[in-house]
Amino acid sequence: MKIAIIDYGAGNIQSIKFAFARLGLKAELTSDVETIKTAEKVIFPGVGEASSAMHKLKQSGLDLIIPELTQPVLGICLGMQLMCEYTEEGDTKGLGIFHTKVKKFNHGVKVPQIGWNQITELKSELYRDIPEKAYIYLVHSFYAPLCKDTIAVSDYGLSYSSALQWRNFYGVQFHPEKSSTVGAKILKNFIDL
Amino acid sequence: MLTKRIIPCLDIKDGRTVKGVNFMELRDAGDPVELAARYADEGADELVFLDISATEEKRKTLARLVYHVAEKVNIPFTVGGGISSVQDVDVLLKNGADKVSINSSAVKNPDLINELVAKFGSQCIVVAIDAKQVDGEWKVHLVGGKVPTDVELFSWAKEVEERGAGEILFTSMDHDGTKNGFANEALARLSSERNIPIIASGGAGKVQHFTDTFIAGKADAALAASVFHYKEMEISDLKRELKNQGIPVRI
Repeated sequence: MKIAIIDYGAGNIQSIKFAFARLGLKAELTSDVETIKTAEKVIFPGVGEASSAMHKLKQSGLDLIIPELTQPVLGICLGMQLMCEYTEEGDTKGLGIFHTKVKKFNHGVKVPQIGWNQITELKSELYRDIPEKAYIYLVHSFYAPLCKDTIAVSDYGLSYSSALQWRNFYGVQFHPEKSSTVGAKILKNFIDL
Repeated sequence: MLTKRIIPCLDIKDGRTVKGVNFMELRDAGDPVELAARYADEGADELVFLDISATEEKRKTLARLVYHVAEKVNIPFTVGGGISSVQDVDVLLKNGADKVSINSSAVKNPDLINELVAKFGSQCIVVAIDAKQVDGEWKVHLVGGKVPTDVELFSWAKEVEERGAGEILFTSMDHDGTKNGFANEALARLSSERNIPIIASGGAGKVQHFTDTFIAGKADAALAASVFHYKEMEISDLKRELKNQGIPVRI
């Protein structure tokens, strides 16, 4: 199994590599277009600020490559947000894969949301053997509203998309690599797609 | 819904756990990686590693430790102790730390908070504040609570948030080590005034203290060291009891 983690200089990816290693899988960190195109599974990570991350993607031309990929792609956290049409963070145009616009939490809750929340209304092979209301770890100030691509819902003063899917593209707002055994199972399910 | 977090803290000296105890099942009670994995298995929501060693060599030792923890442990962890530059933070995050906490260095040079936030994002910058009451006013203390300052707790917390920190870890030096409960009055004020999560620290002795700090203290998370190290309380038992008392926790 060839797994590529897209390297565009956005944030800490060491723990994603380790999460795959714990599953007995080797994930390669790469910015090489051919390696990414030919991988069987692609991980699109991201930590940090949206506009500077998008700027880095554009510099390497990956903003045009990612939407054309045909194998399963998993965006994590900021990666998922960048796969949406737009994000309020830094007034940034996204890759336009998921049909929603990312907004800032702004309704009397603490920001960022940090900690363990639950996922419900699970609709995907990604959640095979994962029960409703399973706990996952999140750190984020911006969120994707509910939309037709929603495949998991979390609640933080309002209901929002904690995961999205459109065709071969998947995105999770939470950090599966830090979400204990539940997260490990979700990564395994993604690899088994 | 978002749950309240239970965070064991491991004190690290020269790459080893101090205050380590007789965990019969552990091959090596002083091995932070093994202890961290054990806490994670028991249901800890996050971990904090506080480096209290003071040698020049400690950075390398700490970075190596962080790498091995990240390799083994599947929950988030924060590293703190003696961090004073962008470079320090970069090394720790690259080795797999999820967050770092800064304390004295932020008081001495508040711009450090802005610099770190700009480079790494709010989500991984925790500002730890040690304070105690002096003539009825909460004053920030440095160097593990040893050195008093004129900085007032609540105004400092406000500044910390404005400068972009993602979380505040508040330790009451008046409560730390007493096992008589957390500083809930100060915590409640911090939590109400600020719009970032507040981690309560100092004073955990029994289950009721955690319940109190989540309800009366409005804390988002609670940190403790000795009650877990000395096995006075199992994390799994604590969380079950909290759940029975209606506190949202991950089980």
